[in-house]
Amino acid sequence: MSENIMSKTGRRLFRTSMGRRQFLKASVAASGGLMINFSWLGTAQAQTATDAQPVRLNAYILVSLDGGITAMVPNPEFGQNVMTSMPMILAEEMDANWEDITAKTADYSPDDYQRQFTGGSQSIRQGWQSLRMAGAGAKTLLLMAAAAKWQVPVASLTAKNSVVSGPGGKSATFAELAQDAALLTLPEEIALKAPEDFSIVGQSKTNLEGHKVVTGQPLFGIDYKTEGTLIAGLVHPPAFGKTLDSADLETIKTMPGIMDAFVFDAMEPDYTRNYFDTTAFTKLIAIMGEKTWQVLKAKKALQVKWKTFDSYSEKMDRFGTLVDMAIPGGLESTASHREKMEALLASDLPVLRQDGDTAAALANNEKVIERTYYAPYLAHNTMEPMNFYANVTDDGVHVAGPLQAPGFIVNSVASRLNVPPGKVRIEMTRMGGGFGRRAYSHYLVEAAAISARMKKPVKLMYTREDDMTMGIYRPTYMARFKAALDENNQLIAYQVDGVGVPEHSVHADRFPAGAVPNYLARGDAVQSNITTGAFRAPRSNFMGASEQAFLDEVAELAGADPIDFRLALFEKAISSPVGEHNDYDAARYAGVLKQVREQSGWDTLPASVKKGVGAYYCHNSYAAHVVTVTEKNGSPRADKVFSCVDCGIVVNPIAASNMVQGAVIDGIGNAMFGEMTFTDGQADKDNFNRYRMIRMNETPSSVDVSFVKSHTDPTGLGEPPFPPIFAALANALYQHTGERFYEQPFVHKLELLKA
Amino acid sequence: MPTYQINVNGASREVDADADTPLLWVLRDDLDLHGTKFGCGMAMCGACTVHVGGNAVRSCSVPVSAVGSNAVTTIEGLSEKGDHPLQIAWVEQDVAQCGYCQTGQIMNAAALLKRNPNPSDEEIDSAMSGNICRCGTYLRIKEAIKTAAKA
Repeated sequence: MSENIMSKTGRRLFRTSMGRRQFLKASVAASGGLMINFSWLGTAQAQTATDAQPVRLNAYILVSLDGGITAMVPNPEFGQNVMTSMPMILAEEMDANWEDITAKTADYSPDDYQRQFTGGSQSIRQGWQSLRMAGAGAKTLLLMAAAAKWQVPVASLTAKNSVVSGPGGKSATFAELAQDAALLTLPEEIALKAPEDFSIVGQSKTNLEGHKVVTGQPLFGIDYKTEGTLIAGLVHPPAFGKTLDSADLETIKTMPGIMDAFVFDAMEPDYTRNYFDTTAFTKLIAIMGEKTWQVLKAKKALQVKWKTFDSYSEKMDRFGTLVDMAIPGGLESTASHREKMEALLASDLPVLRQDGDTAAALANNEKVIERTYYAPYLAHNTMEPMNFYANVTDDGVHVAGPLQAPGFIVNSVASRLNVPPGKVRIEMTRMGGGFGRRAYSHYLVEAAAISARMKKPVKLMYTREDDMTMGIYRPTYMARFKAALDENNQLIAYQVDGVGVPEHSVHADRFPAGAVPNYLARGDAVQSNITTGAFRAPRSNFMGASEQAFLDEVAELAGADPIDFRLALFEKAISSPVGEHNDYDAARYAGVLKQVREQSGWDTLPASVKKGVGAYYCHNSYAAHVVTVTEKNGSPRADKVFSCVDCGIVVNPIAASNMVQGAVIDGIGNAMFGEMTFTDGQADKDNFNRYRMIRMNETPSSVDVSFVKSHTDPTGLGEPPFPPIFAALANALYQHTGERFYEQPFVHKLELLKA
Repeated sequence: MPTYQINVNGASREVDADADTPLLWVLRDDLDLHGTKFGCGMAMCGACTVHVGGNAVRSCSVPVSAVGSNAVTTIEGLSEKGDHPLQIAWVEQDVAQCGYCQTGQIMNAAALLKRNPNPSDEEIDSAMSGNICRCGTYLRIKEAIKTAAKA
């Protein structure tokens, strides 16, 4: 990866100047072409610290006179624990006293930080090296400052608990050294610790913002306001496929507390969108008032006429390629989506990958199985509805609120307001959930457009109903699988055909590709005017669910234990891999299955305990679950869950296990209940009275989490445990009920079984 | 716009608000108490839970005109220094992920412990199932309630 050499003491040395270019190149390749800037490595400048103004050692680390150390966290927090785990990495390499650390979310600043994006389970994986280098760089400057002060070699000094110690009992705190340190320039090489020397990373640290959370301090976007901030509400078309015809704005303008109401374009009609500028509704009605309740009442009172529209196309810059995106007209329904997906599955689908001759192997073997799976749209339903603060003035643009990806929206808002992107200050608040939804922050642009027109600071507030009906859902999918076993019950052919609206879910190079001599993957999609977006482990959340349920049936057909059956496939992928570009490490994949088998007592549980297993690889990590099912209140329910994850080094175990438990409960909730349906373009559910969410009385009684011990650099965690839990539950439910669960949400079939 | 005198966290507060304004928006817009969260507006998620007259209520569905002389307690008034046994347990057991629902969860749990200092698992399930946690921290919430009950 990066240019690093081992020193005689086994520490990794990082070149900071000569090697910087090398590091830059390696990182760009690894991160998929994102811009990286390392200006923070050399910040030599005189700084006079005051009580209010700490010394900046680099973009990540500020040291105060009172000894406090502020860790600047580049990635926004949505519950993945970056506000604690990122400071842990900085403090580790800095040898800071953990008690001295407080965390602060950085503003969007591409000059200072790489990839300020919370998504793709990549915050820690892609931040790992730069956070370590920032911590080690700060420590190096402090050691150099002490060396100069005491006229001793740097090598004779050590740092521990925010104190530098030297020969003859000399010592100085980081705070005492910081101003001198800030004047220095880093040497060409700095050392990073060996993972076995970590004393903070790998230890459980409770959430640095925990006290603020439990005392209700204003951390979230919804809590953000400045003096004179107006509340803005939106009215949007009630159905996909509809747009505004006319609205009686004058009547609501006379309502108490309403200051203005107008129609506006959130995006100009000729605007070239980027991939994350998703939104179906750009012509919107804004209603402004001083009080939220008055705005909500005016929203309800507004009389609007809507009209349907014909098909049209939108211009999109798809990662550098200009494309015309076709937006079909018409009012779509869940039933018509299903029909279209089934028709597509019956057609000759485009081939994504082909090894051997699957058709022949399926025709020439007696043991053949074919199954089809379905999943509906899902709404993200973050607990904090979408909202954003904006204050657009002649001097610049200040926006603040919950978003996952400021880099995706900065040019969009700059373009909408016709200002240079450098004039836009994006302040990132804690998010009340994200799950992918807040990577599409059109609501920021909407808030800014309203503020620009009102010439006042505004706070745009979505209601739950807006949040649930304005789009960006997890797509609806279907997948048909076929498999053939040879006379020795070995998997000889495997075919996956994936379709969806508006994308299919097939990852063609993933398992079991590489483990089967005859393999075929195909996929195609149905166009739609209903908007979709990333949802915790996009595509994987359906592939893991369906593929791992299918393999359970294939194992049963083979008369094999489902774990043994998978392990045999991984053996083949290791000893004689088929094809190229197989997108997983079979040994690590097998590793989580073996560990979860031990952990759950899979082989020794009594036959009366009904259990299922599922495993998956995505976002660079491996996850496996075993679920047991029991009867509760007359229905089968997940009882005990055992989860094992291989995500490399675990930075903060107490938070990492929380994340896995959450993924398990989220997955069980969505598998059992998650469903958004449409009738004539309209979302059938707009609040939690109709959209069923998992609740405490429906959660498993325990979720036991283990991690594979590893010194490998950290990989993703938020998403990987999510997809396989769907299948582990389905497979356990089969053992309990004798019925297979091909359609999400499972609750529909369970209710039928109960009747 | 009528004026209401309400008792919030031990202090008498005067607010001008439409009679049908939910207590939630009075707390957030007029009194700048942001710990009480908006989640659904129809008493289905529990994010806005506060105590009125000692009972846990969904403040999104209680009009300010109905509060009367009942004492209102929000998360900001649950304890002086954020050291209610539930708050301590929540921090020590690292319950929160995103944290948005947790103030409502804590307020609901506080009302539960007040009327039932040693709830069983089933009683906790029953009392807490009106509060959604989208991050899925339910098991830690339950453990934290049990820890606080023992404190």
